[in-house]
Amino acid sequence: MNWLAFIGKRRGPHLTSVLAIVFLFLLAAWLVKNFFVLHDKADFFNVFLIGLTTGSVYALIALGYTLVYGILQLINFAHGDVFALSGLFASTCIVSFFNLDETSTTLAIVGGLFVTFLIAMVFGALVNSTIEFVAYRRLRAAPRLAVLITAVGMSFIVQNISLAIYDVNFRSIPPLISGASVFDFRGVHYGWDAFFVVLVTAPVLVLMTWLVKSTRQGKAMRATSQDPEAAAIMGIDVNRTISFTFALAGGLAGIGAVLFLVEFNMRYDSGFQLGLIAFTAAVLGGIGNLTGAVLGAVLIGLIQAFNEGLPWYAPGPDWTRSIVFAILIAILVFRPEGLLGERTPEGA
Amino acid sequence: MSSIARYRDELLRATQLDRLWRRLPAQVRGLAPVLLLVSLAVAYPWYVTSLPTNVPLINTFPSVHSSVTILVFVTMAVGLNVVVGYAGLLDLGYVAFYAIGAYTAGWFASGQFEQVTFHFGSIGLSSDATGIHISVWLVFLIAAVITAIGGILIGLPTLRLRGDYLAIVTLGFGEIIPQAVRNGDDIGGFDLTHGTFGISPIDTPGFGQHLHESLGLPVTYQQSFTAARLFFWTALAVLLITVFCSLRLRDSRLGRAWIAIREDETAAGAMGVPLMRTKTWAYAIGAFFGGIAGAYIASFNQGAFPSQFDFNISVFLLCMVILGGMGSLWGVVVAGIILSWLNVEGLANIGAWLNNNTPLNIEVPKYSFGIYGLIIVLMMLFRPTGLIPERRRKREIEEGAGRGPIDQALYESRRADEPPGGAKG
Repeated sequence: MNWLAFIGKRRGPHLTSVLAIVFLFLLAAWLVKNFFVLHDKADFFNVFLIGLTTGSVYALIALGYTLVYGILQLINFAHGDVFALSGLFASTCIVSFFNLDETSTTLAIVGGLFVTFLIAMVFGALVNSTIEFVAYRRLRAAPRLAVLITAVGMSFIVQNISLAIYDVNFRSIPPLISGASVFDFRGVHYGWDAFFVVLVTAPVLVLMTWLVKSTRQGKAMRATSQDPEAAAIMGIDVNRTISFTFALAGGLAGIGAVLFLVEFNMRYDSGFQLGLIAFTAAVLGGIGNLTGAVLGAVLIGLIQAFNEGLPWYAPGPDWTRSIVFAILIAILVFRPEGLLGERTPEGA
Repeated sequence: MSSIARYRDELLRATQLDRLWRRLPAQVRGLAPVLLLVSLAVAYPWYVTSLPTNVPLINTFPSVHSSVTILVFVTMAVGLNVVVGYAGLLDLGYVAFYAIGAYTAGWFASGQFEQVTFHFGSIGLSSDATGIHISVWLVFLIAAVITAIGGILIGLPTLRLRGDYLAIVTLGFGEIIPQAVRNGDDIGGFDLTHGTFGISPIDTPGFGQHLHESLGLPVTYQQSFTAARLFFWTALAVLLITVFCSLRLRDSRLGRAWIAIREDETAAGAMGVPLMRTKTWAYAIGAFFGGIAGAYIASFNQGAFPSQFDFNISVFLLCMVILGGMGSLWGVVVAGIILSWLNVEGLANIGAWLNNNTPLNIEVPKYSFGIYGLIIVLMMLFRPTGLIPERRRKREIEEGAGRGPIDQALYESRRADEPPGGAKG
């Protein structure tokens, strides 16, 4: 059985890099070929912009995975379902509490959306930190796989809570933000609804970075993720810091969920698949690395958009998930530290 | 007088029986409860009709038809237990093996490939039926072997990953394979899996005309009047073989290597256990059982459909292993029977009973996976060793709990501050 051991050996960095370069070359060639195949060259950029928008939403979810992984080395499976639950709750807010629709005044829409963002954020934060408090906190001393299994269980519980409250129907919100063009340059169309997503995501990301890099709480988070025991000795309340991290992740998921609603509709199980995609993004960028999560998310968004939007030898939407998971597997097998290649979380 | 003599004779006979019983080797005597349970199970189709209905809470006992599904799922849980319980490798994509097994049965025992006509020992078909029709008994084995090869192929590049990364990779495969099956109706114009419609009908097992005439065995299962019973007994036989293999494997050299790896990978490696090969074997054997189960249920349902292979099924099987106790074979069998019964009939019955007898009005089966999730979380929080803990596993977990959060030697040897995937295979 020596051949088994031989095949199983870790491939050297040499072969991996060669493979990666060949693969990237083929990918670039495929993109260029597609560009020339397209009748309307503007479509290429339209697809690109769609990818960017989707990627921004993914980034918000991916950050939640990366934050929690950074501090607990736990893949929080329930995160995607927290996202879905917050989104469904936000849809109730918009449709039933605020009664917003496309005929509302601009002020009402802006104000209503702003309050919805806040509510979804607080809601997501509460749900996520409750999950941590109820399920994960008791397992601090348990083997890591036990926590992971618990997270899978929690995912199903949260999903079924969504199912119990919102049933199986898809929920959507009225088109509050018009698709009218921000700019329309030779057929390259960029709508306000897409721009809105980036408009919200960018400041949130800046705020997040500031929070983690420059505040006391962020410092405590970085310390805890590096060494929980030493952090505790230094007087950091580790449990509180972990709760805060979960709350932050949940809050980001809440914002992401409202943005997702602006573009798509969702139901109780939307979060699971989306969560896995976002998790892939986090792994692609280097899990535990905040910049990496955003980079990975944008890349995954682009890959998805190109796959679904380009005409020449694109596998199409049926295969998007398979492609994303294939990327996940390839990254984990060949480069587990991800693109940005840092193990220490929060770039500390 | 005569009555006393008779009494004495009886007593003597009883004591002689007793002595005979004691003369049996201890191992055989230990098997008695197992034999009793097995005979109860074998006889189940005969006495199920006389079992009481309208039992509080559960209403009825599972029908023979449902029991087939239950047994097949228990077989899969026993297979998953080899991977998760013995070797300590968390597999969140076991459904992939189930799918490979079912579709292999579809390819080798149905009219799927109408371009060719190939028959080998097939039963109950006209000889000009198109497609590949190999004897279903053989197809079970072929499916198991192909699935095992699939397990090796999945395992080779991934098994050197650390615990949670491995779980994610298996999850990835568990998502890709069903999706590939769903989209596989037009691969360069070739219809491999018939897309969302699935492959149907798949041939049925049977013994053919010769054996029917000479031994009275049924010609085919599906056309027999007692089809459910035949499938039940065969499924029971498959399960018993699986349990037996699993039991023997656990105590074999390979099984001890698995447990050593589960307890401490570095120490096991240092003792000369070939890590990669041992883990790959765990995958291959787990996949083997999953493949048999998949092929069997495909033959039973006369089809393989992509909607059967959700991520949910992987978690459902994992739930059985956790409820029973990871590594505890009897626990997994018991938990598997309970949970698959809940899935097939139990939850519907319990829900109906609750809605009729209490003011509640819940659609219980709708929340089945929430219930399984709850079971998983509650077990992990309050009884991580499972309902029937394996003695060794229990000690491991208790020992691990006393160690504190930093030392995670239970599942993985490397510390959190080392780069993942750094170990050499």
